[in-house]
Amino acid sequence: MATQLKETDESGREIIDSVVIRFAGDSGDGMQLTGTQFTQSTALMGNDLSTFPDFPAEIRAPVGTTYGVSAFQINFASHVIKTPGDAPDVLVAMNPAALKVHLKDLVPGGTVIVNLGSFTDRNIEKAGYTSNPLEDGTLEDYRLIEIDISKLTLAAVEGIDVTQKEALRAKNLWTLGLMCWMYNRDRQPTIDWLNQRFGKLPNIAEANIAALNAGHAFGETAELPSEISTYVVPKAKVEPGIYRAVTGVETTCWGLLVGAQKAGLNIFLGSYPITPASPLLHSLSNLKQYGVVTFQAEDEISAVCSAIGASYAGAIGVTSSSGPGVALKSEALGLAVVTELPLVVVNFQRAGPSTGMPTKTEQSDLFQSVFGRNGDTPMPVISASTASDCYECAIEAVRIATKYMTPVMFLNEGFLANAAEPWKLPDTDDIEPFPVEFASETEGFHPYLRDEKTLGRNWAIPGTPGLEHRIGGIEKDYDSGNISYDADNHHKMTKVRAQKVLNVADDIPDQDVASGNTSGKLAVVGWGSTYGAIEQATRRCQEAGLDVSHIHIRYIWPLPKNLGDLLNGFDRILIPEMNNGQLVTLLRSEYLVDAESLAQITGQPFKVADLEQEIRSRVED
Amino acid sequence: MNVQSPPEALKPNDFASDQEVRWCPGCGDYAIVKAVQRSLANMGADPKNTVFVSGIGCAARFPYYMATYGFHTIHGRAPAVASGVKLANPELDVWVIGGDGDMLSIGGNHTLHVLRRNIDVQVLLFNNEIYGLTKGQYSPTSKVGTRSPSTPAGSVDSPVSACVFALGCNARFVGRSVDTNQKVLPGLLQEAKENKGASFVEILQNCIVYNDGVYSSFTDKANVADGQILCKHGEPLVFGKESEKGLRLTPGKMELEVVTIGEDGVTEDDILVHDETNRPLALMLAGMQPPDFPVAMGVIFRDPGQAYDEAVYSQIDEIKENTEAIPVNDLMHKGKTWTVV
Ligand code: SF4
Repeated sequence: MATQLKETDESGREIIDSVVIRFAGDSGDGMQLTGTQFTQSTALMGNDLSTFPDFPAEIRAPVGTTYGVSAFQINFASHVIKTPGDAPDVLVAMNPAALKVHLKDLVPGGTVIVNLGSFTDRNIEKAGYTSNPLEDGTLEDYRLIEIDISKLTLAAVEGIDVTQKEALRAKNLWTLGLMCWMYNRDRQPTIDWLNQRFGKLPNIAEANIAALNAGHAFGETAELPSEISTYVVPKAKVEPGIYRAVTGVETTCWGLLVGAQKAGLNIFLGSYPITPASPLLHSLSNLKQYGVVTFQAEDEISAVCSAIGASYAGAIGVTSSSGPGVALKSEALGLAVVTELPLVVVNFQRAGPSTGMPTKTEQSDLFQSVFGRNGDTPMPVISASTASDCYECAIEAVRIATKYMTPVMFLNEGFLANAAEPWKLPDTDDIEPFPVEFASETEGFHPYLRDEKTLGRNWAIPGTPGLEHRIGGIEKDYDSGNISYDADNHHKMTKVRAQKVLNVADDIPDQDVASGNTSGKLAVVGWGSTYGAIEQATRRCQEAGLDVSHIHIRYIWPLPKNLGDLLNGFDRILIPEMNNGQLVTLLRSEYLVDAESLAQITGQPFKVADLEQEIRSRVED
Repeated sequence: MNVQSPPEALKPNDFASDQEVRWCPGCGDYAIVKAVQRSLANMGADPKNTVFVSGIGCAARFPYYMATYGFHTIHGRAPAVASGVKLANPELDVWVIGGDGDMLSIGGNHTLHVLRRNIDVQVLLFNNEIYGLTKGQYSPTSKVGTRSPSTPAGSVDSPVSACVFALGCNARFVGRSVDTNQKVLPGLLQEAKENKGASFVEILQNCIVYNDGVYSSFTDKANVADGQILCKHGEPLVFGKESEKGLRLTPGKMELEVVTIGEDGVTEDDILVHDETNRPLALMLAGMQPPDFPVAMGVIFRDPGQAYDEAVYSQIDEIKENTEAIPVNDLMHKGKTWTVV
């Protein structure tokens, strides 16, 4: 937004190519809703966008406190962007606490819009200010727009049959209206949404719409400081196609559904509510017309065990959770490994250890996924890098699980689950079907008969005549599937299970380079949601003529077959991760490469500028 | 290992797998496996549609000895695995097998939920009041004072009654029998199977190695008549060699007492008639302890309600009727989209 030469369109709006806006307020102020609606309108305007919802773990933290502040950041542009933006250009602070928490992130000279009505002495004090920040020079270096949004909202809904409390709640929509005016966004999608959402409470819908329109009208008519102009962000040039804004939860849900259809199976989801994974349970529960069975289990263990039982009976068992929940599932995952049943585990990672910071994102369950079970218990692990990528990863998880008869860990992230981005809608017909064939041949049958190539065992389901058999957690004889305590057999079976999982490497694409050359001075290697930030940082460096490449790994285990050679082509390897160094340890141990860790464990995504600096310091000499 | 399903009229032995049974000689589990096999034959069960799911423990070896589908899972989790099996394919006849440690200690939570949800499975709890497979530690059903390797001076915590627990979980079918009672057990299993919904059956099982004779005060031949009472719906709750004893409510109190017909003016009319649909009565019967009371056997409680799996599928069917399963491509296009040319 820091444009030097102001270019304007025919209506006098300043043309800018990108902007980062952060909405911040009390958790009860509806900031997530404001952000989501603004995102919808922005998506429909044809901008590229990326969002970052950041909310407290408490459902309703005490009003006015700094720890109760909820924020939603959106970055939108006329060009392709990959992250929600390092620092906001505009901060909308609905109360003093929101200002206190978020002002430090604002770009120098950025715009602050505050709700004057909430800057009471009491609120100012609650936020931890000793004097009024609007008056004491705190905001000297910023462009401050003070509006009594509370009062104007009350005025806007006057005459509508709502209580004072309900009227005040509409102030987020008033704010949204103002922002729609500033950035030339259409209000209609929000109006439609309000009418639908409050269909049974027309007075509430009416109040909210009135507030939305009033905020917009205020912009048009009010005497705002002259340096506050209105903006237009032209459409981004992206691949032609039909788009919609999606979150990682939606794409994961559709991917699982498509995967199950390609396999010809019904989905059974066993899940126990946990932040931030519960939305997948909710989404799949809404797809019963596809025969999806969802089971809210009594605990994480029952969630995974019921999914294993469902797979045993011929469904594709899925269980979803977050790190602490996956820890509880570990023993059962061992059962799925040894009984060689297909299962998809979706782990929406969050900051740990233990309860950690439930609503904050992290990538710290890589060790848990690859190594975290008793015994030699390997399973394939794949990770999604963007909300769009969740779709393909979910399909891949079902494909690998059913083809290799194994549980698959799908590493998702809290950040991906909640963040929105535009998605070019795929065609499900582009995915080759991978129908499951259950065993039916009785001649020579035993439950551990293997496919020679994949080593996956045959899948005989109850109800099949003549294939009655028993499986379980005790070691099985390679040749009969009966219980076996034979020493050599256990050695052999352990090797076979490991080899089977390694065979997946024959069935996945070679590791590519996201950007840059396939050899050179520095490879920045990432996995998961750091994709956008790393890609943008490396591109900027490449544009500056620096020799740096970005490699982003989706298949965490087994690793792509060419990865070792690829890494050996670089003088240095830098691995940024939102954990204390997990992928770096895996790659060092697998390839004996001198990879260097760049750890950030703040519960916040990497900033492009920080990464850029780290890259420069390693390749500029 | 696979056993062909013969076309018709299976005999008990047809339900036995070819695996060598590995329980200790004289273990009560032998009698139970026989009773189950007999009961399946009597019911005309179909091996291909029958699944035994077990946890860990001596009892949990059970599925290996059955010529049906079987899944030997992990400690305590059999009810959860079985729930998934049944929900994925409600056509299957699913049996859950576990011991007192498996189902009331490490897996107590799952036992609670499979019962309260009323999933149509049969839960058979083999109660021997001891941990067998781990060599004799006391269990959650062991009486206070049980000496074991982990309680050399005797246990100090009070035990749980399996049937009282099940009733508290809102189980809709609760029965009890003794391992060796081939007269009662097969019939009880059949009734459990016929009940739609979760059926809980406690089988008092003698562990000859670690807890031999724990039930002999009411299971030894000489003690059966006075030590047990067989509950039959609609019939008076009488016991004793000549059916001369009975249960009645202590006048003016909400508690049971043992009375003798013909003594102290007690007549047959004073004896309580068993009402298997009466949960408070069932709780009192299930909780009766020797030596003051006989141990209640048979169907202690039965009050069928809709099974969870049936409810789940009728809901799915209803949704399918009202909501078309449009192609996923169309599903993804629903909502706000925009076109870039
Ligand atoms: S230890 Fe006890 S319960 Fe276990 S097999 Fe031996 S006798 Fe039976």
